[in-house]
Amino acid sequence: MATVFSRLGAWFTERAPGLAPVYRKHVTEYYAPKNFNLWYYFGSLALLVLVNQILTGIFLTMNYKTSAAEAFDSVEYIMRDVEWGWLIRYMHSTGASLFFVVVFLHMFRGLMYGSYQKPRELVWILGMLIFLVLMAEAFMGYVLPWGNMSFWGAKVIISLFGTIPVIGGSLVEWIMGDYLPADATLNRFFALHVIALPLVLLLLVVLHLAALHEVGSNNPDGVDVKHGPKGSRWGADKPADGIPFHPYYTVKDLSGVGFFLIVAAFIVFFEPTFGGWFLEHDNFVPANNLATPLHIKPVWYFTPFYAILRMVPSFFGTAIWGVIGMFGAIALLFLMPWIDAGKVRSIRYRGTGFKVALGLFVLSFFGLALVGMGVTAEAIPAWFPHADVTVWENLFGRLMALLYFGYFLFLGLYTRLGWETTKPVPERVTTHD
Amino acid sequence: MTKRALLSIVLAFGLLAGSRTLRAAEEGALPPAGTNVGDRASLQRGARLFFNYCVGCHSIKYARYSRIAEDLGLGEQEVMDNLNFTGAKFQDPVVSHMPADLAQQWFGKAPPDLSLEVRAKTADWVYAYLNGFYLDPTRPVGWNNRIFPNASMPFPLWELQGVQVAVRQPGSEEIDRLSMAQPGKLSLAEYQRAARDLTAFLEYVSEPAALQRHRYGIWVLLFLVGFTLLAYALKREYWKDVH
Repeated sequence: MATVFSRLGAWFTERAPGLAPVYRKHVTEYYAPKNFNLWYYFGSLALLVLVNQILTGIFLTMNYKTSAAEAFDSVEYIMRDVEWGWLIRYMHSTGASLFFVVVFLHMFRGLMYGSYQKPRELVWILGMLIFLVLMAEAFMGYVLPWGNMSFWGAKVIISLFGTIPVIGGSLVEWIMGDYLPADATLNRFFALHVIALPLVLLLLVVLHLAALHEVGSNNPDGVDVKHGPKGSRWGADKPADGIPFHPYYTVKDLSGVGFFLIVAAFIVFFEPTFGGWFLEHDNFVPANNLATPLHIKPVWYFTPFYAILRMVPSFFGTAIWGVIGMFGAIALLFLMPWIDAGKVRSIRYRGTGFKVALGLFVLSFFGLALVGMGVTAEAIPAWFPHADVTVWENLFGRLMALLYFGYFLFLGLYTRLGWETTKPVPERVTTHD
Repeated sequence: MTKRALLSIVLAFGLLAGSRTLRAAEEGALPPAGTNVGDRASLQRGARLFFNYCVGCHSIKYARYSRIAEDLGLGEQEVMDNLNFTGAKFQDPVVSHMPADLAQQWFGKAPPDLSLEVRAKTADWVYAYLNGFYLDPTRPVGWNNRIFPNASMPFPLWELQGVQVAVRQPGSEEIDRLSMAQPGKLSLAEYQRAARDLTAFLEYVSEPAALQRHRYGIWVLLFLVGFTLLAYALKREYWKDVH
């Protein structure tokens, strides 16, 4: 058996001598810091979910009908008449939500340990591009079942482009190919969702990993393993605190995968709608341009950004400020490597101001999500029957939006005006679990 | 590591519980329907009610007679004799014979398809709706509903439940409660069970896959727990030499 493999290996090496070095560079001789903690599972998990989305997506397209007249029926056909169709669809719909769970945690890890700082700016920018494309991908996928929330969600989101001066109105018609989200819209969203954006996404993931492997992984101590002391049992010139990605992190990530799959399977098999948050009640009603749902709101993962859109008031006779605010909230994240001028990467050794600010940033994200989900609109009248809901919701939402944007402003000033008192960063990484 | 992992499990399930409570609050705290799609006898009773009282007007076009028979443990002959009154074939979807244009004329709105009613509105809502009809001479069909005000649906189960009337506080438009003006064939408890059975049947119809989910889910989870333990043991073994 061993000889079969070694002969096969030799056969390839003879014909493609560059293959083995690539494998070594990215897998068996990629030296990752040995102190990765819980937060470092989410990159590999994001990759796992991506593969899940592509595989289940392929099987869904085999039975899905791309037509406004048939789309809704075909999804129910998948749920009822296609063998294991329900499982494939729930894996895809649950995967979409868990993709965002995993990616949000992955991004938060980057904020916490300063993974966007020099020399990893490119890794961060590519990651942010992945996030942006992922949002477009998720939005278009959400439209495809052609439920009533698909229809109205599409209408609201596309009409955001209508706030652009002069060209807005015609731009909206151009995007939809009609005066309302209609058959033309559904068909082009399908094309973008199943071909165009997944291709872009895969390319960006490859670049994200390639860029990472050039500079090497950051870690919870923010110590640069690549430029630290040398010498390990893998070679005198290898980083002393690095271990080969394979087998060490492949087996470690495998147990992370197992744990993640337990959570995912629990949702798929026992709570696939997740109480109406992953699959919404109003989307089990076919699209109807005459019946507006009581509350039009996006799926949970868009709600923090949607809340910013809602909370920014219109002035000078245009609502474009909310749209600018919403996209600005994402654009600022792109700029993190240049906003944060801190000398220390990891939260472990940064000043108290940074820790408090990051905590408030997370709080604002959850607060905005509550506003976007319509939770505050329900909770305020329930807890304070005499309060003016709009006034209090706006007050709360705008405070949260200020906290969100305040994080970037504060971090810029805090690290430039010399307010940050850091702790000494150790020479070597500290612990591992 | 273990402590943190445990914490995240607790957090995840807390989130789920929280979202359910939130939804309960959103629905204005409807009483729980108490349905159980795993209770085959309840589904069979609910199917009987649906085919005797509802299918005259309402389709469940995504459900097929054959699939209902299979999932509810009924024979083909049983279904064709007792549930199929439209002359449809065994493999056909359950479609009402009421002509849509006439229905539109009679009720002002064609009776909706109920295939996904429970998924769109929740089981609690459907159960409350079935308990919420009262006599209202101001409405064209003579009935109104407390849960869905001014619904244009007459109450086909009135023989079973009886006739309820709305009780209002003097000088108020708000309905205080419904009171039984003329008892039906069933007692209160019997009618509630019937409404629960009918809701359970519609819950099954809106997601037949639920029966399979529950059947396989536990085995998948057990497998994954075993897999994760093995993977973790493998990790420990490999990491022995990392200090």
